[in-house]
Amino acid sequence: MSEIRNDSTQITDAKKRYSAGVLKYRQMGYWQPDYVPADTDTVCLFRITPQEGVDPVEAGAAVAGESSTATWTVVWTDRLTACENYRAKCFKVEPVPNTPGQYFAWVAYDIILFEEGSIANITASLIGNVFSFKPLKAARLEDIRVPVALVKTFKGPPTGLIVERERLDKFGRPLLGATTKPKLGLSGRNYGRVIYEGLKGGLDFMKDDENINSQPFMHWRERFLYVMEGVNKASAATGEVKGSYLNVTAATMEEIYERAEFAKELGSVIIMVDLVVGWPAIQSLANWCRRNDMLLHMHRAGHGTYTRQKNHGVSFRVIAKWLRLAGVDHLHAGTAVGKLEGDPLTVQGYYNVCRDAYTKTDLPRGIYFDQDWCDLKKVMPVASGGIHAGQMHQLIDLFGDDVVLQFGGGTIGHPAGIQAGAVANRVALECIVKARNEGRDLINEGPDILQKAAQFCTPLKQALDTWKDVTFNYASTDTSDYAATPSASH
Amino acid sequence: MMTNPTGRLTQGQFSFLPDLSDEEIRQQIEYGLGKGYAWSVEYTDDPHPRNTYWEMFGMPMFDLRDAAGVMQELDGCRKTFPSHYIRLLAFDSTRGVESIAMSFIVNRPQVEPGFGLIRQEWHNRTIRYTVYPYAAVEPEGERY
Repeated sequence: MSEIRNDSTQITDAKKRYSAGVLKYRQMGYWQPDYVPADTDTVCLFRITPQEGVDPVEAGAAVAGESSTATWTVVWTDRLTACENYRAKCFKVEPVPNTPGQYFAWVAYDIILFEEGSIANITASLIGNVFSFKPLKAARLEDIRVPVALVKTFKGPPTGLIVERERLDKFGRPLLGATTKPKLGLSGRNYGRVIYEGLKGGLDFMKDDENINSQPFMHWRERFLYVMEGVNKASAATGEVKGSYLNVTAATMEEIYERAEFAKELGSVIIMVDLVVGWPAIQSLANWCRRNDMLLHMHRAGHGTYTRQKNHGVSFRVIAKWLRLAGVDHLHAGTAVGKLEGDPLTVQGYYNVCRDAYTKTDLPRGIYFDQDWCDLKKVMPVASGGIHAGQMHQLIDLFGDDVVLQFGGGTIGHPAGIQAGAVANRVALECIVKARNEGRDLINEGPDILQKAAQFCTPLKQALDTWKDVTFNYASTDTSDYAATPSASH
Repeated sequence: MMTNPTGRLTQGQFSFLPDLSDEEIRQQIEYGLGKGYAWSVEYTDDPHPRNTYWEMFGMPMFDLRDAAGVMQELDGCRKTFPSHYIRLLAFDSTRGVESIAMSFIVNRPQVEPGFGLIRQEWHNRTIRYTVYPYAAVEPEGERY
C-alpha cells in the first residue's frame, strides 16, 4: 500500500503555476488538506483504486480535477476566470479499512458549479469523465452531502408519503402490493384478472413490471383499460381506495406524456416509470405528476449495473438521494431478506435517505454525511423481490410502517389462488403490526404470532407451509466498511 | 353481504383480523399515547372509500394521556350510534408528519351490504366508474 503523503504541494506562485506544460493535480490546487468545506459546498466521498504506483493523494486530487475544471495540461485561459472557485478540492484521503489498494477521497464543490434544480447537470460533473480516468483502476461515488442551498432548488416528490397515505386513506401499517406475473405475454384481459384478484383479496396496489411497455402481446391502452376495470371493481368489493402502477415508460417523452394523460383520464391514482428513462425524463414526469395530483412510482430498473460492485460505480444511497431531489413518490430500495442484493444495514441506510427529515451520519449503514432535507417531501420505499408472508415480522422489524411491501410470486403463486395469496399477506401484515404495537418482540415471537393467525386464516397457513423454507442467504457484495459497533466510528 | 374474503368493509389497520376486544383496543391506544399521538373517535353511516370526513364524536383528545379516557369516549359513541361505523384515529403533530398515524374500525353495522359500481360508457372504450354504498340511498341515520 502506498503511504499517504498528505502535505500541501500546491504551487502558489502564479507564474510557475500557469507556465505551459503538465503539472500534477495536487500541484494545481485540487489537493487542499486544510480546506474546510463551506455550508454551501456539495461534498462527495469517492472510493478510489489508483493504478499501481499512483500516489493516492494525487489520485484524489485527479478525481477533484476531472470532476470539475481540469484538463490534462495547464491552460492559460484559467487566468481569465476566478478559477480557484471552480476547482473542486480534495481535502482528505484515507485508506479504506481492511481493503488494501482502496482509498476514500473527500471532495468539495463550490455551489457555483451546479445549475439549480438539475440532477443531469450534477451527474455530468460528478460521475462524468472522472469515471473513465486512466490513472484510476476503479472509482465509486459512495455518498454525497447536498447543501441546503442546493436542496432548496429542487421540488422533490410530487406527493410524498404523508399525502399519499391521506389520499389512499391508509395509515399505521405498511402498504401491500404485488407485481403482476408473468411479466410478459398476458393479454390485457388476462392481465386485468390478476389485478382484480389481488386487490379484492386485500392488496392496496398492483404493479406493472419494468419491462411491460407496449409489446405485441399487449398494447398499452389495452392494459390501462382492463387494469382500471380491475381497480374499480376491487374498490367496490372492499370499500377501499385501490391502485395499480401503470407503467408509462416509452421510447420518447411525447409517448410517455400520452400514456400518463390516458392514465389520468381513466382515474388512476398512480403511474410508474423506469429509472432507465434518465434524469431529465424523471424530472419532467415529476412536474407532470405535481400538476395532475398523480403519485409517481419509480422502478429502479438498471441500477444494479452501476450500484452493485463495491469498487466501481455509484452507491444506491446516492441514487436514492438524487431521486428524492428529482421527485419520485415510490422507490424500490431493497428487501434485505428477499432474492435481490442487499445487506440489511446498508438497505436501512437507503430507507433512511428516502424517509428522514434529517439524515445523520451513520457509518454502519453506509451514511457518511449529515443531510438536512429542508422539509423536502418523503419518498415511500418499496421492498420487492422474493419476499413472502413468512418473513412479515422481519420486514416490519427492519423497515417499520412507511414502506410498500410487494409480494409478487408470494401472492400470485399461492396454492389456493391470487385472492388467497393476498389474504395471507394482509392477515400476516395486520397481525404483526398489531403485535408490535402491543409490545411483542417481533424477531423472537414473530413466527409464533404468524402461526397463531394461521389458525383462523387458512390462506396464511397454506402460504407459511408452502414457503417456510425459502430464504436467500447469500453474501452481499455491497456492505459497510465499518462494523456495527459504536467504537468502529472514526 | 360483501363478496371480498372478509365479507366486510376492509378500511383501517385491522379489518382482516377478528374484531379487537376492548382490551386489545386499549393496548393500541396505549401504543399511540406512548408515541405522543392524540386520539379521536369518529363515526359514519356512509363508508364510501372517499368519504374522508366521518363525523367527529367530540374533539381530538389532545391532552388526554390515559387510555381509559379514550375508551370512555368510545363507549359513549357506541351507545349513541350502535349501528354505525366507528373508527379510532391517532394524530401525529410532528413537523413533517402532521397527519394521521393510526386508524382502525372498532364498531360496524350488523349487516354490511357493501357497494355498487356504475359504469358509464364513454368514448373509445373508456368507462367512468362510480362507486356507491348501497345503504347511502337511505337518508342519514336510517341506513343500517
